[in-house]
Amino acid sequence: MVKRIVSGARYGVKDWLVQRFTAVIMLIYTLALLGWLVMQRPVEYETWRALFGTAWIRYFTLLFAFSLFLHAWIGVRDILMDYVRSTRLRLPLQVATIVALLIYTMWAVNILWSVA
Amino acid sequence: MRFSIYRYNPESGAKPSMQDYVLDTPPEGKMLLDAILALKDIDPTLSVRRSCREGVCGSDAMNINGQNGLACITPLADLKQPIELRPLPGLPVIRDLIVDLTQFYQQYRSIQPYLINHDPEPEIERLQSPAQRAELDGAYECILCACCSTACPSFWWNPDKFVGPAGLLQAYRFIADSRDQATNARLDDLEDPYRLFRCHGIMNCVEVCPKGLNPTEAIGNIKALLVNRTV
Repeated sequence: MVKRIVSGARYGVKDWLVQRFTAVIMLIYTLALLGWLVMQRPVEYETWRALFGTAWIRYFTLLFAFSLFLHAWIGVRDILMDYVRSTRLRLPLQVATIVALLIYTMWAVNILWSVA
Repeated sequence: MRFSIYRYNPESGAKPSMQDYVLDTPPEGKMLLDAILALKDIDPTLSVRRSCREGVCGSDAMNINGQNGLACITPLADLKQPIELRPLPGLPVIRDLIVDLTQFYQQYRSIQPYLINHDPEPEIERLQSPAQRAELDGAYECILCACCSTACPSFWWNPDKFVGPAGLLQAYRFIADSRDQATNARLDDLEDPYRLFRCHGIMNCVEVCPKGLNPTEAIGNIKALLVNRTV
């Protein structure tokens, strides 16, 4: 392959939007959970378990996890684009990032629905 | 008045180093450039670019006490001593405070900094309403001194791919021009993870701009236009 400086991949707007909106979702979740913690203080194990026993908090938490992983994917990808100059190294690292985030997502589902 | 100035002469083979200078009598003018020129009278080997000495040409951009700025409009009285002068960060140094701006100008050239209009040339000027003309305010005043782009980490890491705040401000200047007909082609060119989206909005460019311009706002406007045509 010849060495040329190439750019013009024609993407980025959607990623930029996704990063903004996932940030808003994470902010809402964090504030809601913090609010709940402050109101419930001191939090007993039983109240904590009761909260995560309800379906809506599981879905809300999963939404938070999805947002976090999408947000993290774009952020980590940008960092790799800045610091890993070799495509041969960058591509496997990016794939590894995606695989790790997918595993975390499945793991999050497992944890959330394991609360009896 | 004490100074610590970056010295580098590639012909000598010596590594870059900081050299201390003392100016016993204050220079005639009140600006940093006046002091640098007084020092140059003492040591003629000290190399610096300057031309208009009033903040219009942008030649004497340098890193002053850690912040990019124009020496000619930086008051000496505001500077902590010893005044530390370095070349603009991130670009190859030609000698002392002079940097090679080739990459900066290549990025500027890449955004096609001229009016693209396919209509037949009118006999008089292409007219704009005062409101259309006002849309260029804050974008056309850039003097291309490179203070902003060389303060931007994204430009340090990718000067060959990221247009940089100065180039993007100029890109917006032509997108915003009512007489320009290439808006979509310009947006096509910028819709790129490197060319535009390396900007993460840390606003170093806004902080250092000696003309008080806001490249981050212009970049935000370009992103908003891209969103506008995407969703």
